[in-house]
Amino acid sequence: MAPLPEFGGILRRGLAKPQRRKLSKLEKKEISWGLFFISPWMIGFLLFYLLPMIASFGFSLYDFNPAVPDQARFVGLANWERALFNDQEVWLSLGRTIHFAAISLPISLLFALFLAVLLNSEHVLGKSVYRTLFYMPTMIPLVATVLIWNGVLNDQTGWINVIIERLTGIRATGTQGLRWLADPNLVYYAYTMFGLWGVGNAMIIFLAGLQGVPTELYEAAQIDGANWFHRLFFITIPLITPVIFYQLVLGVIGSLQYFLAPFVLNGGTGFPEGMTRFFMIYFYKQSFTFFNMGYGATLAWLMLFIAMVITIVLFGTSRFWVFYAGEER
Amino acid sequence: MVHAQRMFGGGLRKSTQVLIARITLTSLTLAILGLFLIPMVYGITTAMKTDIQISRPGAPWWPASTRTFTYEGKAYEVYLVPIDGTIRELALYRPGRQSSLFIDPENPDAGPIEWQGQWRQLERAWTLDIQWANFTRAWNTINFPNLLRNTLMYAGITTFGAVLSAALVAYGFARFRIPGKNILFMIMLSTVILPGAVTLIPTYFVFLRIGWVGTWLPLIVPAFFSWGTNVFLLRQFFLSIPRDLEEAAMIDGASPIRIFFSIILPMSRPALTAVALFHFFWAWNDFFGPLIYLAGNPDLYPITVGLTAFNNLYSQSTNLIQAASLISAVIPIVVFFFAQRIFLEGVVISNLEK
Repeated sequence: MAPLPEFGGILRRGLAKPQRRKLSKLEKKEISWGLFFISPWMIGFLLFYLLPMIASFGFSLYDFNPAVPDQARFVGLANWERALFNDQEVWLSLGRTIHFAAISLPISLLFALFLAVLLNSEHVLGKSVYRTLFYMPTMIPLVATVLIWNGVLNDQTGWINVIIERLTGIRATGTQGLRWLADPNLVYYAYTMFGLWGVGNAMIIFLAGLQGVPTELYEAAQIDGANWFHRLFFITIPLITPVIFYQLVLGVIGSLQYFLAPFVLNGGTGFPEGMTRFFMIYFYKQSFTFFNMGYGATLAWLMLFIAMVITIVLFGTSRFWVFYAGEER
Repeated sequence: MVHAQRMFGGGLRKSTQVLIARITLTSLTLAILGLFLIPMVYGITTAMKTDIQISRPGAPWWPASTRTFTYEGKAYEVYLVPIDGTIRELALYRPGRQSSLFIDPENPDAGPIEWQGQWRQLERAWTLDIQWANFTRAWNTINFPNLLRNTLMYAGITTFGAVLSAALVAYGFARFRIPGKNILFMIMLSTVILPGAVTLIPTYFVFLRIGWVGTWLPLIVPAFFSWGTNVFLLRQFFLSIPRDLEEAAMIDGASPIRIFFSIILPMSRPALTAVALFHFFWAWNDFFGPLIYLAGNPDLYPITVGLTAFNNLYSQSTNLIQAASLISAVIPIVVFFFAQRIFLEGVVISNLEK
């Protein structure tokens, strides 16, 4: 269940076993067959990961437009200087991305966890039907999801505003109402709502994590007089922290690359007031609208650095709150 | 006797508690599900409405058109008229400033009914009227057959490549001693979380130089070199297959490649199906790749990019946009309902056990 110590375990085992003795003919044969089977990945890794990554760093040292490759000019670290110190938009777009992630990630993870806990309850009837229906929107192509929500959140005719208005009497429609996609204060919440339709995967994973919690623990706690909340906060949640952690890492990396919804809705203009010009949008604009590919490569590497830093920081915090059963801590 | 009664009483109280818990939690779940699926209902009903109904305040939430009644060869609009404490649906025959004449569609021979009041303040009567034509219009305007063909081709070919290559690689990782295998496997898993942007620009440039940009090739060829998640899922499955059969086949002189194709693959059908379904719908959803590599070639667009282009052109026709979005969602949803067990189990294996 624990996602990450596995990596460490593999690394330690891999390094601790140096093979010195001579290999027999049979072993050599086995190795060559093994290499044959994994060759698609090895070739793919070289061609589509390792070499492009290195080349990408190389590109970041050039002023480069693919339409006129002959005019490529070596500029040293000028692109890096521009990205890190002179181009405000880099840090602004990064700030927006983090701002949005700080709103959408906790909401969607909590919603997924809440649904999983609810659907794991013995008292909910027809669980498998609910599970199917909550998962179903995950299957809808994201572009279609965004367009459907774009309609339902329309400030004049969208049902969300109409329902709010009917139920509370607050004037939600119209120019003074809740302009979900046009109000800079609301737009991140609107985008978060699109994301809730993709809650299915996280919900299923949490649900499987919950079902993996040994029932003896609950029985023992019940004898000790623990109520439902005690059991949730002292048994269930600690035991599934590895799953939460894994979802969090994936979610952060995913948020950093958030692109589709703002691109589909406004073509990357950042509407409203630049709020949706996220880092990936800026990267796309520089690379594929202005074809500043040298600068684009710099931004891509910057994104990789940031992803690495965030991942390392998250791993650093994991020892304080992620609980791995069967380990000494 | 006393003992038995007490037990019965305790049981009853307990069962009442359970009943209350069941009712509360089930209705809570239902309520959340209702909220969760509102956009879906909105999309379906909006796709069936006329432009006029969508923009008209006070129109019903279900697809409808305003009712008319034909009287003496002329169509009259039907209004909701409050008469004697009841609301009747009457056709406006002679509108007037202070009072108007109405005809009862149920009983037109009774002649006009006079009503005191301003008819402009009355609400229209609506009747169910589903605009199925919106779906055909969306289907034709977006050129859905072409988008569907492209998407099926893209998803189909890459699924074949992804499953075959992932199975080969997973078998290699599951069964063979390879020096540094664990480190290689770890590198492979870490590529899963690598932001795609960092490899994109040189890859794009190379594809541009060899003339592949503007074709399907940059999207199809890389799929034949196996992806981390798929390999992981299949490796887990292969590890669970006992080695006996393979060993027996090996003694009989079968080569590993033969063993792979005639023993391992047939035994792994459920896992292969799961990976195939995942990849298929990943490709069905893919947006960024086609957007970049097919820019300016609308004939090659898959559904996702085609739908976006359609939205940019027809953003005012909410009903057509909703119809097109629903059309593009039908196949994945239908497949999901039939194959949900494979899907949900696959989600768990590929994520939880890492």
